[in-house]
Amino acid sequence: MSAAAAPARVPAAALLGGLAVFSAVALLLGPLWGSESIEKWTAWTELLQLDRADWSVHTRILNLRLPRVALAWLAGGTLAVCGAVLQTLLRNGLATPYTLGVSSAASFGAFLSIAWPGLLPLGAGLSLRLGALVFALAEAGLVLAVARRARRADGLILAGVVFNFLFGAATMLVRYLADPYELASMDRWLMGSLQAVTAGAPLALLPWLGVGLLLIAWRTSALDQLAFDEELAAARGVPVRAVRRDLLLATGLLTAAVVAQCGPIGFLGLLVPHALRPFAGLRHGILLPACFLAGGGFLVFADLAARSLELLGRHSEVPVGILTALLGAPFFLLLLLRSRF
Amino acid sequence: MALRASRLEAGYPEGGKVLHGVDLDLPRGRFLCLLGPNGSGKSTLLRVLAGMLAPQAGAVHLDDAPLAGFGARARAQRIGFLPQEVRASFSFRVDEAVALGARVAGHGAWHETRPSAATRQAVAHALEQVEAGELAARALETLSGGERRRVLVASVLAQEPDYLLLDEPAAMLDLHHQAALFGMLRRLARSGLGVLCVTHDPNLAAAFADELVLMHRGRITARGTAAEVLDAAHLAPLFGVHFELVPRAGGPPAVLPK
Repeated sequence: MSAAAAPARVPAAALLGGLAVFSAVALLLGPLWGSESIEKWTAWTELLQLDRADWSVHTRILNLRLPRVALAWLAGGTLAVCGAVLQTLLRNGLATPYTLGVSSAASFGAFLSIAWPGLLPLGAGLSLRLGALVFALAEAGLVLAVARRARRADGLILAGVVFNFLFGAATMLVRYLADPYELASMDRWLMGSLQAVTAGAPLALLPWLGVGLLLIAWRTSALDQLAFDEELAAARGVPVRAVRRDLLLATGLLTAAVVAQCGPIGFLGLLVPHALRPFAGLRHGILLPACFLAGGGFLVFADLAARSLELLGRHSEVPVGILTALLGAPFFLLLLLRSRF
Repeated sequence: MALRASRLEAGYPEGGKVLHGVDLDLPRGRFLCLLGPNGSGKSTLLRVLAGMLAPQAGAVHLDDAPLAGFGARARAQRIGFLPQEVRASFSFRVDEAVALGARVAGHGAWHETRPSAATRQAVAHALEQVEAGELAARALETLSGGERRRVLVASVLAQEPDYLLLDEPAAMLDLHHQAALFGMLRRLARSGLGVLCVTHDPNLAAAFADELVLMHRGRITARGTAAEVLDAAHLAPLFGVHFELVPRAGGPPAVLPK
């Protein structure tokens, strides 16, 4: 790449239109494959045209897969948006939704509820998610509180790193005390999962996503100025501290909600913003929706692959968190070698 | 119509007081250069005038209205401020960087899918003013230090302010672009802007500015034309004995290091 070359931006309408098509294709194809093969055309037409009572088995299977695909799309889109926001906010291209330790805290909460199921008198799945959510939210609040009092510009990221270590250590302690059966459940949680058989899981995410994404949308214009320079942004009328607080709150909420529901699905939040920034530019009004559409579509396809792969002849699906990292890492390396950020 | 500081005292929580009772007025249509040794409070004064730092005592008035009463955005539309150091952490294109300034003036919005004709024109105009039109499509991080500086000045000009506060804009510029930038600042002042510019080069200031303002230990020690303030009596307290005044025909003396 010559020194004079500038990033070639894609017109926003083309970029967002193309990614919307990508997302739509993912949502249409996502439910069609899995451990059971179905007659694809029949299933979609019956689902849209017939009453539930008249569905064939193909359509019933398709219908069972829909919540999962919806969950994947929402979670993938949200993680990608959080990654983009935090990369700008922390002025660090390596930031991910998990950089500030939210997922470590969520893991700790989840492991607590696995190791001591009696702590919360709820079903296993619900108490696990609730435990993860409570600790993830508490951690996000702690990081914010510490960063507000720190005098250093990098106080935020350092606070995040510290709490990441702290909850990491606490998690190891719980693991050390757990029995082998519980350890297996914990490991499985860490790999990330999109298992959802009812519409409850994606629906439970919606209120959190609504609040978090609205807050981000409100501060989108300020993000453009912050991406350039904080002092210049302040001189241009951006209330830097308030914007930072709101966006940390929003990304904390969003990440906590997604991780509590799906476990720590990695790499997506790092990869997607990097892949799109050269085309979308630093206009967050375009970059963030683009990230949502691309991240959602990407996770639907990754989950599709996870459900369809038969690894080493074992008839069980591959955890999607493993696949996102396996697919994402080579792609990220390619980006790294081909472009600057 | 002026940006006026009266009896300003200001400082930082960890660094103590920096400004000790500064009075300064920057009328529109004038080009002032602020000179003084490192740590004399020049940047702090600029930040207080720009509304970035609240004074501990005294006040800043913008065209006779208290600056503290302006909203952040309204303030940014009137006062353009370029800090000493600007570090973009992502790969901006030059025209995108300048467009961020133009947004303050109301050109373009965050949701605009492609820059409007008015935005593109505002960006092009700002870049032309610093002779950087040909850089528009370059990536900011591929520019030389001097080119970057000019683009940053353009991005502040794109805010279309009434007052321009620049912290060492000429640092890293070659001779041609130093003269070109200061010539442009003088033209902007002639067109009605009030320009206050921190510089470490007394000769550059003398060649272009209407008045020079000398600062030392948080106080303004002199203000006047180059001929009035560039003499040993005024400069010695600021720079010790390490300079020499060389008389020049038809102008103020040149200040040379010794």
